Amino acid sequence: MRFLLVMDFLDLLSQKPEVRQDTNMPTEIGEFAAGGGLPASREPPGVSVAVHGLQHSYGQLQTIERLDLEVPAHGVLGLVGPSGCGKSTLLELICGLQEPAAGRVDVGGAPDPADRLSRCAFMPQRDMLLPWLPAIDNAALALRNRGARRRAARVEAARLFERFGLAGFESTRPAELSGGMRQRVAFLRTLVAGKPVLALDEPFASLDAITRAEMQGWLAAALRSDPRTVVLVSHDVEEALYLADHVTVLSARPARVVEKLSAPAPRAPDRDAAVTSPDFVAARERAMAALHKGSR
Amino acid sequence: MSRWALPALLLATLIGAWQIAASSGALADLLGLEPLLVPSPAEIASALWDSRALLAENASVTLREIVLGFLIGLGAGLGFALLLRYSATLRRAFYPLMVASQAIPIPVIAPILIVWFGFGIGPKLVVVALICFFPIAVNATDGLRSVDPEATKMMRTLDASRRQLLWRVEAPTALPYAFSGAKIAATIAPIAAIFGEWVGAESGLGVLLREDIANLQTARLFAATAVLTAIALALYGAIALVERRIVTWR
Repeated sequence: MRFLLVMDFLDLLSQKPEVRQDTNMPTEIGEFAAGGGLPASREPPGVSVAVHGLQHSYGQLQTIERLDLEVPAHGVLGLVGPSGCGKSTLLELICGLQEPAAGRVDVGGAPDPADRLSRCAFMPQRDMLLPWLPAIDNAALALRNRGARRRAARVEAARLFERFGLAGFESTRPAELSGGMRQRVAFLRTLVAGKPVLALDEPFASLDAITRAEMQGWLAAALRSDPRTVVLVSHDVEEALYLADHVTVLSARPARVVEKLSAPAPRAPDRDAAVTSPDFVAARERAMAALHKGSR
Repeated sequence: MSRWALPALLLATLIGAWQIAASSGALADLLGLEPLLVPSPAEIASALWDSRALLAENASVTLREIVLGFLIGLGAGLGFALLLRYSATLRRAFYPLMVASQAIPIPVIAPILIVWFGFGIGPKLVVVALICFFPIAVNATDGLRSVDPEATKMMRTLDASRRQLLWRVEAPTALPYAFSGAKIAATIAPIAAIFGEWVGAESGLGVLLREDIANLQTARLFAATAVLTAIALALYGAIALVERRIVTWR
C-alpha cells in the first residue's frame, strides 16, 4: 500500500494520468435515470442524523448553544444563519471531524466520531479539487483511498460522469473547468464516496446567480435519483428552501434555533415555478424575518 | 525569442562598454590600477580559449562536486521535510537545528572538514550539501504545511489515511515549493563548491582561481568565473525545465 501510494506520486511526476478523451459536450440538465450509478452494493442505506443539546466553543468563544436537530433518513435539512454563526462547525461536528464540548451527535445510531466519519462525506465551500488530477481522478478519490486500482475507480466514477452531465470532461484538469462544472465534480466526488450522509457547506456560494440556480436544479435532480441524508449549510434562504425538506434558521453566535420551517415543494423538477409559488414566497419571507430576528 | 532579446541586449551593451573602458585604459585609470589587472572581455575570451583544456579539466571536478553535493542536499532536504511532516515531535526537535545548520559559517568549518575528511571530494560534498539542504528543506516543509485545512477535512471524510493524505495531497502541493528551494540551492551550490576547494584541494575551479589570484592571471581568473557562472545557470535551467515538465497545473 505504501509502495502503491509512492508510485501514484511518481506517476504524477511522469505525467501519465491520461484518460480517454471524449468530445461530446453535455448540454441539457435533465432528469437523471435512477440507479445505474453506483453498484447496488455501494448504494448506501438510509441513515438518520440527530443532534441533542449540542454545545461547542473555541476557547472562551461559545459558538453553539444547546442545539437540537433531527434529519430523517434520506431527508434534506437546510441550515441558514448569519455568517460566522457556527454553521460550518456544526457540519464538522456531525461529520466527526470535531467533538462537541457537550451534547450528543448521532449518525445512524453511531455517536462515536470515527463511526460518524465513516458515514459522512463532506463537501467544502470551495471545491478543493486537486489541480494536478484530471476531473475523473478527483471524483474517484474516495475509491482510491479505499484501495481501488485507478482503472477500476475510473470505471466506477465514469458511470456517474455520464449520468450527471459531465461526460467528455473526464480527463480535463480542474483549472480548465467552469465554476459550475467544478462544483459538479466536487459533488460527484462526495457522492462517489458512497456515504449515507452528505454534509454540504455552501456548495454554490462561489457561483454567479444564474449558474447557481442551474446548479440547484442539478443538485435537486441528483438527490431525486440518488437520495441521501443531507445537511446543507447555506446563507441563501431561497437555495435552502428549494433544496431542503426542512429549513432551520440559526441565530448569530452562539448559534441556537430561531425557527424551523417546512419547505413547500422540496426539489421540485420545475425550479423556477417552485421558487415563485406563493407558498414558497411566504416561506421565504418567514425565513428572512427569522434570520433578521436571529441576527440581532 | 523576444524574452531573451532584452537581457541579451543589456549584456552586449555592458560587455561593449567594458571592452571600450578596459582596452582604452580608462577603467584601470579610474580604479587606479595597472592595466594588467583590468582585463578586457576580449582578453578574457582569449584566456578562455587558450586555457580551455585546463578550465575544462578543473570545471569537470567542480561540476561533479556541485551536482553530487546538490543531489545529497536535495535528498536530505526532501527526506527531512517528509520526516518533519510525519511527526510533530520531530518537527519541534529538528526545526531549530535545521535553521542552525544554515547559520554555520562555511569558511570556518571548511578547514575542519579538510582535517576530518582529507583533501578528496568528501569535504566539498559536505559543504555543498549543507548549503543546498537548507533552502530545499525549508521550502518543502512550508509546502507540505501549505495544504488548505478544508482539503484535509474533505480527504478525511473520503476515508484517506494519514499516509494517503501525505502522498495524494500534501506532497504534490509541496512540489512547486520544493522546486523553488532547489532553484535557490542550484545558484548557491557553485559558491559552496569553490569555498570547499579554496581551503584545500588538488584540482577544481577554486584551486585555479586561487592560483590565478596569486599569479595575477586576471584574464584567466575572469574566464574561470565565467565558467562557474555558466555552470550555475545550466543547473538552474535544468531544474526549471524539469519543473515545467512536472508542475503542469500552475
